[in-house]
Amino acid sequence: MIRETYVNALAVAVLLAVPAWAVIADEPFTITLMTRAAIFAVAAIGLNIALGIGGLVSFGHAVFFGLGGYAMGILAHHAQTYTALAEWPILIEGTKSMPVIWLLAVVLSALAALVIGILSLRTSGVYFIMITLAFGQMFFFFAISWAEYGGEDGLSIYVRNGFPGLNTLVPIHFYGLCLTVLFLVLVFAWRLVNSPFGLALNAARQAPIRVETVGLDPVRIKLVAFVISGAITGLAGAMFADLNRFVSPTMFSWQTSGEIMIFIILGGVGRLFGPVVGALVFVALEHWLGGLSDYWHIYLGLLLLLTVLFGRGGLIGMVSGRRAVHD
Amino acid sequence: MKLVTMAAAAALALGVTGAQAEPVKVGLITTLSGGGAGLGIDVRDGFMLAVKQTGNDDLEVVIEDDQRKPDIAVQLADKMVQSEKVDVLTGIIWSNLAMAVVPSVTAQGKFYLSPNAGPSALAGKGCHPNYFNVAWQNDNLHEAAGAYANFEGFKKSFILAPNYPAGKDALTGYKRFYEGDLAGEIYTKLGQTDYAAELAQIRASEADSVFFFLPGGMGISFLKQYKDSGVDLPVVGPAFSFDQGILQAVGDAALGVKNTSQWNKDLDNPTNKAFVESFQAEYGRLPSLYASQGFDTANLLLSAMAKADVKDADAFREALQAGEFASTRGNFKFGPNHHPIQDIYVREVVKEGDVYTNKIIGTALTSHADAYWSDCNM
Amino acid sequence: MSLILLIEQVLNGLQFGIMLFLMAAGLTLIFGVMGLINLAHGSLYMIGAFCAAAVAGLTGSFVLALIAALAGAAIAGALVELVVIRRLYDKDHLDQVLATFALILIFSEGTRWIFGSFPLFLDVPDYLSGPITLPGGIEYPLYRLTLIIVGLLVALGLYLLISKTRLGVQIRAGENDREMIAALGIDIAKLYTIVFALGAALAGLAGALVGAIQSVQVGMGEPVLILAFVVIVIGGIGSIKGALIGAILVGLTDTLGGIFLPEVMKLFFDPSTATSIGSSVASMAIYILMAAILILRPSGLFGARA
Repeated sequence: MIRETYVNALAVAVLLAVPAWAVIADEPFTITLMTRAAIFAVAAIGLNIALGIGGLVSFGHAVFFGLGGYAMGILAHHAQTYTALAEWPILIEGTKSMPVIWLLAVVLSALAALVIGILSLRTSGVYFIMITLAFGQMFFFFAISWAEYGGEDGLSIYVRNGFPGLNTLVPIHFYGLCLTVLFLVLVFAWRLVNSPFGLALNAARQAPIRVETVGLDPVRIKLVAFVISGAITGLAGAMFADLNRFVSPTMFSWQTSGEIMIFIILGGVGRLFGPVVGALVFVALEHWLGGLSDYWHIYLGLLLLLTVLFGRGGLIGMVSGRRAVHD
Repeated sequence: MKLVTMAAAAALALGVTGAQAEPVKVGLITTLSGGGAGLGIDVRDGFMLAVKQTGNDDLEVVIEDDQRKPDIAVQLADKMVQSEKVDVLTGIIWSNLAMAVVPSVTAQGKFYLSPNAGPSALAGKGCHPNYFNVAWQNDNLHEAAGAYANFEGFKKSFILAPNYPAGKDALTGYKRFYEGDLAGEIYTKLGQTDYAAELAQIRASEADSVFFFLPGGMGISFLKQYKDSGVDLPVVGPAFSFDQGILQAVGDAALGVKNTSQWNKDLDNPTNKAFVESFQAEYGRLPSLYASQGFDTANLLLSAMAKADVKDADAFREALQAGEFASTRGNFKFGPNHHPIQDIYVREVVKEGDVYTNKIIGTALTSHADAYWSDCNM
Repeated sequence: MSLILLIEQVLNGLQFGIMLFLMAAGLTLIFGVMGLINLAHGSLYMIGAFCAAAVAGLTGSFVLALIAALAGAAIAGALVELVVIRRLYDKDHLDQVLATFALILIFSEGTRWIFGSFPLFLDVPDYLSGPITLPGGIEYPLYRLTLIIVGLLVALGLYLLISKTRLGVQIRAGENDREMIAALGIDIAKLYTIVFALGAALAGLAGALVGAIQSVQVGMGEPVLILAFVVIVIGGIGSIKGALIGAILVGLTDTLGGIFLPEVMKLFFDPSTATSIGSSVASMAIYILMAAILILRPSGLFGARA
């Protein structure tokens, strides 16, 4: 475990030092890239709670990512066009305030995760992977044909939403905000794993029958984990939309679900810092390889393949050489 | 801080040396990988051909691949603005990517020259002084198709397009000019590749003609299946399903089909002739519509650079608006909303030797402006 | 809506379903025998189509093109199995998803590297093109009819292969008890390679057959891949019979949904809103079908109880 701690410390150092260097060197785009990685990390930590600890391989987390994005897009769109979101039964107006948008994103995704979870948890294994994929596709096709909010074109928000006390248009301010969220989510995930609930969830994955014998309902435990997981990924979705000042149905696509999953597998499934390392490495690869050749997907593919074939437990596992404790 | 000083020094020098002293940096974001890469490659090649031909060292181009993903495009635009510090952006193919990028970069004071996408939102209320569309407003070619349908005397058209905003713009554009009745109106799934069900509906309807907007692979599939279905009605569509890049994949099924375009390789003007020849010599293939648009975009930019300094935004904007460059389309003129006012032709798909291509058979609309300019206040 | 149109649409749905079956059969076989989730199955479909287009372009023969598609996809499948896939059997589903996703990236960009970024040409041969008149005066494209027949023949062939041949016995044994067949002295590594190549060949055949009436281009496999997964999940993973029934269900739902849902909506809304809402719901229809079936039968229609 000691060496894994070193890797984690290194990830934190990268998250802090690279943007600091970027500010000094006046490289604002590096900060944007780091922000992207931090937000992806939050999304993947969300999925990791369901996937890594609960064993729920969700191929539909894009639903929550997209819902968070659209919560931001729709509220900000109405604020930007000075139109009401709803006039009946009560007047609801749009908003450009991040805390309000984030709250809505979390609530919406949690509700969606509750419904999808209740329905999907009737299945297990590969069927669970596929039913969550089906829900993702439903949202994707719905968003594409939802002309009121841009359909496939998506919604463009001209100015980034505001957060009290910060100028979110300054890259480093927005990064600081995202990083704070990332650390809070990390702490939350860490405490969750070590809480009685986390232990029960872990047990529900490994030995559901034993969990049942001690009077706990494994399906219910998994459902709670799925809801928490969806809510966190939804929060990341709202942040991602704000980073790009744009939402589109792409956020709901199965490729998005796949990418969130890749961050986790790349970093190390079930490890606290797995999603963080995975997201950092993925964003860096995407950026560097993209500059090398038009056919950079080949190199990305080869690297991913090598990681799976020769690295047990993702990158962290490769470096620290041990499986995660709860595996 | 160094950069600021340099810019200040350059601004000082400007008064002395004249307008061309300042180099212009262009960010070209387009689709170079994945399924839609053919269009982006054409735009890039057309653009770079013009850059190469001028030999103007004051123009630096940074090229990036957006993978047809809006969030990547936004990220690249941020990179171009923040890191590369470009003056002008261009290159985007798809309307949804343009909607994600254009409003934010123009709001940051950069120029955006669109070589392809022309969503209606950016032509009307969302127009911007720094946004110029060199190709067309999305509805234009469909409007021309509607006008051509009247000319042919079609009375009952069956119309179809994918169920997404550009598809809706297409059918709206066609209906804006078409005067006959509709035998049917279908929105298909985006990315759909099997049109058996739609073809059966067309066959069962009493249509006398078919209008479709199905870009890329969707159009290839539709045309092949149309030929095979035995439905024998005249087809008309915008140039997107008949451009040089995909015609070879459609083959005989496209022969004789009429389509509308603002450009074709047989347009009779010296610029176009030279362009077609040099493009073939450079890349070993015939240029497409998209290549011509990329070429024109670069030449527009070069014409403005010759007249004004890019750091003087007002003067540069005026130089762009003048649109005084040798276009492959012959005369070129911008309307008040910075979208072209141009002739749109009717082309027919023909076979020259082994190569499928288009030839112009008439003009559908002359000096045609888009329908949204009056909503644009700038 | 006339009866003739209805029958024609049912035939269309059937044809779409049967093409999906060719994809799904290989996918479900590979999952059933080796327990592998193969996201790269769509790439094999694409490889089949590209091989066919290349050979058709060189020789002008559609039959040779189909043979090339079968051979090309089978060879690609066998190679991939030997180099990569066999290292994945003992890994969990997650690793398989990532590794085969990586294979999609490699295959797609590799194909683009070899064949360029523009779609290729592949056409229906003259002797199969155009419509024929069916009993009752229905005009139907001969090629699509041929597809239905070819698909049904492949289904029959698979049934015979699995129920009557020695290989079929091994495959069935492999589905039921992997350790057992190894203990019986069957070369399991060879069996796996054969099954994978067989699945790949089916996908390649589907790619070539469909490529003739659609567009042969990079990325053509992924939409079909997702549909094929929907099919095998509805049918129950590992079941060939389930794949056939699931495929036909999906084909009919998609085709008929696209036609009838807008019509149904017209009872409630004005025509243009109805078309728009109807099309939206239609594009979600098969996923709604799949979710509904899984909620009622968590292991699909013919799946073994989980």
